[in-house]
Amino acid sequence: MEQSEPGRAWVELRKGLWRDNPVFVAVLGLCPAMAVTNSLANALVMGAATTFVLVGSSVVVSLLRKLIPYEVRTPLFIVVVATFVTSVDLALAALLPVAHRQLGAFIALIVANCLILGRQEAFASKHRVGLATADAIGMGLGFTLALALVGTVRELLGGGTLLGWPVFGPSFEPWVIMLLPPGGFFSLGALLIVSSMIAERRQRRGTHSAQWNAQGDAPGPLDLSPPGSRVGPE
Amino acid sequence: MHGAANVGERGDLAPGHASSLRLVATLALAGFFSGVVLCGVYLASAPRIASNRAAALERAVLEVVPGAVAFSLMVAGADGRLTPADSSERIADVDPQVPEPARVYATRDARGERVGYAIEAQGPGFMDTIRLLYGLDPATGTVIGLRILASRETPGLGDKIMYDPAFVESFRALSVEPEIVAVTRRPRRRSNEVDCIGGATISSRAVVQIVAGSSARWLPLLAGRSRDGTE
Repeated sequence: MEQSEPGRAWVELRKGLWRDNPVFVAVLGLCPAMAVTNSLANALVMGAATTFVLVGSSVVVSLLRKLIPYEVRTPLFIVVVATFVTSVDLALAALLPVAHRQLGAFIALIVANCLILGRQEAFASKHRVGLATADAIGMGLGFTLALALVGTVRELLGGGTLLGWPVFGPSFEPWVIMLLPPGGFFSLGALLIVSSMIAERRQRRGTHSAQWNAQGDAPGPLDLSPPGSRVGPE
Repeated sequence: MHGAANVGERGDLAPGHASSLRLVATLALAGFFSGVVLCGVYLASAPRIASNRAAALERAVLEVVPGAVAFSLMVAGADGRLTPADSSERIADVDPQVPEPARVYATRDARGERVGYAIEAQGPGFMDTIRLLYGLDPATGTVIGLRILASRETPGLGDKIMYDPAFVESFRALSVEPEIVAVTRRPRRRSNEVDCIGGATISSRAVVQIVAGSSARWLPLLAGRSRDGTE
């Protein structure tokens, strides 16, 4: 039953995009998903920054996993994550000052994104660096995808633009509320409904059955169970 | 399977019951390496960040004083006299030691003549502090330009203070005396009046109050200075 290494990596990468999407399925990292998604551009920069932090932290944690004492793993994970976040914060201020000003404190707050700490605890600290990287890339891309969807909905309806370009023409009256905090909740709620409807339909068709193992796990939120119980009998 | 699951939870992490010394040493080492990395990133990015900030300041100063091509930072002393803060005409970075209300940017046009001052001011907005930069021409006693540097006003409503054409335009020629006032429900009639933006009255008033307060404080100082002809 053991899959080949590249095959397994591909599975770990792909699961973050949809099946275990951090926002739509695990409902993690909602603070940035609300706070910086009033435009598609902000959502994309935030997604990229988060992906970079996630991949960097996962690689470091995975490489050091045999040296990290169990008792102090959480503070160590946080030190690693915080180092990457501060680096991203400084790099953005140097390279993309406009985006950095728009995102403000939310770049520094990536350190508090439970998605990142969650992946260190649930995956990177238990897997080889190749798989940890694949998992982090997949989760990061899935997070970026979710933020981009929310950002698209909010910018289209709230400003009538996409990436700053007018879409609906001058006669469109923007729904200002979509740019305000309630608009974030509306958009995310609507997208959660759509995504769970799609997931349910797919599940009924049985397209997911191969992914779920013989132990009869129900498809559920982000798999935080030990790795042994997931990929079938090892 | 249960026993295996327990081991699985711990995964590859080093076994538990490590000595306190080991825990402390590991954390100290992690903190040390993190510090080294951050020092490197900071040193690599600091010049770029400073030059970005200087470029943004330069754009803003030259925008609020039409016709200006160069500027220098002046500092007001306790006696109200202005002295150049820096010998160079261009400032690499604002000296954080100089409190904001005490500094102005003196500008010159292409012929080297003084064309006005750019002044930073801030005050409470609807959501958060509004920071802005405005141009002041002491010779005519008028505000000649406005740019919002930082604000967190409501998107789509209050943030119109940044781009509403009529509102921004009214700060291109605005008499400072008598005191600038914000008007609602009727178009501005006098040169010291600013029309509030519909739906953004509080934010408009906040901007007007910040500019009015700051310009009333600075105008006597700067006007006296240009009359003396002292540079």
